[in-house]
Amino acid sequence: MSEPPAQVDIVTSLTGAFPALEALPTAIVYPALMLVGAVIATLFVSLFGLFAIWLERKVMAHIQCRLGPMEVGRHGWLQTLADGLKLLAKEDLIPKDADKALFILAPIISFTGAFMLYVVIPFGRDVIAADLNVGLLYLAAVGSVEVVGIIMSGWSSNSKWSLFGSMRAAAQVVSYELPLGLSLLPVILLAGSLSTRDICEAQAGWFWNWFLFANPFMPILVVIYVISSIAEVKRAPFDLPEAESELVSGFHTEYSGMRFSIFFLAEYAALFGVSAIASLAFLGGYHTGIPAIDGIGGFLGGLVGVATMIVKSLCFVFLQMWLRFTLPRIRLDQMFHVCYKVLLPFAFVALVGVAVWQSVLPDRSLWFLPR
Amino acid sequence: MTELETPLLRDTAAAESGDVKTEEMILNMGPQHPSTHGVLRVVVRTDGEIVLDCEPHLGFLHRCFEKIAESVNYTQVTPYTDRMDYLMSMGNNLGYCVAVEKLVGEPVPDRAWHIRTIVVELDRIASHLIAIGTYGLDAGALTPFFYALRDREKILRIFEEICGQRLNYNYVRIGGVAYDLPEGVESRILEFCDYFEPKVDEWDRLLTYNGIFIKRVANVGVLPVPLAIDWGVTGPCLRGSGVKRDLRKKPGYGIYDKFDFDVPVGRGEMGTVGDCWDRYIVRVREIRESLKIIRQAVKSLPAGDHLAAWAKRRIRPPKGDAYTKIENARGELGFYIVSDGTDKPFRVKTRGPSFCNIAILPEISRGCMIADLIVIIGSIDIVVGETDR
Repeated sequence: MSEPPAQVDIVTSLTGAFPALEALPTAIVYPALMLVGAVIATLFVSLFGLFAIWLERKVMAHIQCRLGPMEVGRHGWLQTLADGLKLLAKEDLIPKDADKALFILAPIISFTGAFMLYVVIPFGRDVIAADLNVGLLYLAAVGSVEVVGIIMSGWSSNSKWSLFGSMRAAAQVVSYELPLGLSLLPVILLAGSLSTRDICEAQAGWFWNWFLFANPFMPILVVIYVISSIAEVKRAPFDLPEAESELVSGFHTEYSGMRFSIFFLAEYAALFGVSAIASLAFLGGYHTGIPAIDGIGGFLGGLVGVATMIVKSLCFVFLQMWLRFTLPRIRLDQMFHVCYKVLLPFAFVALVGVAVWQSVLPDRSLWFLPR
Repeated sequence: MTELETPLLRDTAAAESGDVKTEEMILNMGPQHPSTHGVLRVVVRTDGEIVLDCEPHLGFLHRCFEKIAESVNYTQVTPYTDRMDYLMSMGNNLGYCVAVEKLVGEPVPDRAWHIRTIVVELDRIASHLIAIGTYGLDAGALTPFFYALRDREKILRIFEEICGQRLNYNYVRIGGVAYDLPEGVESRILEFCDYFEPKVDEWDRLLTYNGIFIKRVANVGVLPVPLAIDWGVTGPCLRGSGVKRDLRKKPGYGIYDKFDFDVPVGRGEMGTVGDCWDRYIVRVREIRESLKIIRQAVKSLPAGDHLAAWAKRRIRPPKGDAYTKIENARGELGFYIVSDGTDKPFRVKTRGPSFCNIAILPEISRGCMIADLIVIIGSIDIVVGETDR
C-alpha cells in the first residue's frame, strides 16, 4: 500500500484548483467554499433524483413490455420535471389531527439523513466534500438517521397505515444495519483505514486489485451488502414499510405535494448513496481498473474519476431496479429470518475468513495472483 | 354495520405475563384500499401485525340488479348481468340465458352452443389472467400484472371483433348468441391459442415457481374441505382444496360433454392442500384446459343458425320456475327465475360465487399476518360487482 495521502476536502481541492483563493482571508473563504460544496451536492442529488425516477420508470416499463413515459420530451426525459412541477403546485395538506411540527419536520430529517451520506463519498481523488478519518463509520451512522424521520412521519400522521409502515421501517432498518455493517468491516481490514478515500486508494492499479477480488470471501460479502442495502433503502423485495398492496403507501400515506416529493427524493438519494458505497468499498471507487487511464492527472483525470464512480454506482442502482420489478415482496417474519438467520451468520463467517486470509496469505488475491 | 364479536381491548398473552402492555387495534381496510379488488371493506382486528379477526363488509357496489330485473322484459335483463361479474360477462350472460331457456323449454342451435363455449372459455382465460395478475400485485410482484394485461388485450381484441365490446359484451342471448362469428375469426382464435400456450409457461417461470412467491403463498390461508363445503365455496377455491367439482363435467351443461378436458385440483405441491398456492395453480392450469376446449370447439364448429327462431320473438315463458347453474370463473353461478307468464320475470335470484366465497375469509385468515390477509383476499378472487350485485 502506498503512503497514506494527505487529508483532502472540498476546501483544499478547490483552493488547489484556484490558487487565487489562497490570497483571501480564511474566515471568509472556508465557509464560502463549504457552501459551494453543499450547493454542488444538492444540485447533484436533485438532478440524480430527476434522472433516477425517469430511469426507474423506463426500466420498469421495459421489463413490463411497456414504453413508459413518452410524451414530455424525447422518450419522456422531462416527465419527472413535469411531475415535480405538479407536486410543487399542489395544496399543502396536513391532516387535521396530525402532530403538525413532527409532520413538517419528518421529510426534512429523512432527506438530511440520506443527503449526509454524500459528504464522504469520493467522486475522484480530490473530489470529496470531506475526507473524514472515520468515513465508513460516519456512513453507517448517518445512514440510519433517515429512519428517525420515517418514525416521526408514521407517528405524526395519525394514520394506522402510516404507523404500521413506520414501525416496519424502524424494525427493518435497525436489523439490517447489522449485516450491512458487518459486510463493510472486512473492507476496513483490507484497506487498513476507515477513510473512504484511503479505501479507494488501496484499490488502485489493475481491476483485480479491487476488494471484490481480494479473497474468496469478498464476493459473498458483496452479495450480503447488496441485499442489506436494498433493505436499508426499503426497496422491493424489502419494501415492507411502504408496501403498496398492504399498507396503502406505508409511512408516507398522508403526505402529498412537496413533502411527498422530498420523501421521494430522499429515497433516491439514499439509493444512489448505498450504491456509491458499494462501488467505493468493493469496486475500486473512482478507479477505472486500468492503470494507464487512472494515471491521467489534472482536470481530465478528475473527470474520468467522477464518471467512473457514477457509472459504477449506476450499475448497482440498475441492479436494484431490476430486482424490484422481478421479485415479489417478502413477509415481515421472512424479512427478519433473512436478516438474522441467513445474512448475519454468513457475514460473520466471511469476516473471520477475511481476517484469517489477511494474516495467512496477505499478498494473494482470489485467483491466488499476487496483489 | 355489526359489532365485532369479541371486545375491542383485550390484554394479550404478553400483557398477562406482565411483560409489555399491548393493545389491539381495529384497522379499516377499504373500501378505498389498493388490494381489496374494488370496493370491498374489511374490518380487521389486529394485534401488531397479527390478524386476530376480520369481517368483510359488502354493499358498496349494490345496484339492485334483482329488483331491476323484475321491471324489464327477459331480453333486457341480459345487459344487467354483464355488470355483475364484469370480468366474465360472457359467463354471466350464459348463466342467465340457460335459466330462461330452461323455463321456455325450447332447444338452442348447435352452432350457437359452440360459439357460446368458445367465447365463455376465452372469457374464463381473460378473467383468470386478471385474477393471477392482481394476485401477483397483492404479493408485491409488479410485473406479472402487465404480462397478464398484455395477453388479455389479445382476447379483448377478439371479442371486439365478435361483438363490438370489450368489457360488457351482452353477446350471449336467450336462444343463442347476438351475432354470428365474423369471417376469419376462427383462425384468429386458433392463432391466439398457439400464441398463448407458450405464454402460460412463461407465466410459470415468472411467478408460479418464484421462490419468494411460493414462500409467501404456500401454507397460507389453508381451506379444509369440510369448511369449504359447509360455507358453500365453489369454483377454483373449492378445487384448490382438492375437491374435483366442476359443473361443466358434472352435471354438465351445453355441449361440454363433447370435449376432452381435465379438472385440475390442488394437490398441496408447495405446502398444505387448499393453501393459497393451490388456489392459484388451479387457475393457471384451468387456463390450459380452457385452451384445449377452445381448440376443440373451433375445430368442430358446425354450420347453422346462431340464434333459435323462437328467440327472435318476444319471450314469454310459461308459468313456472327454473334454477340453473353454470361454472363461472369464480365458481357456481346460479340463476333462479320465477315466471308468471308475462314478458317480465316475476323474480330473479342470483347465487353469486364471489358472494359465497368471500364469506370464508374470516374463517381462514385468523392468526395470519396482515400481508397474508391481502394474499388470501387475492386468492379468493372476488369481483365486488358480483358480491354486491
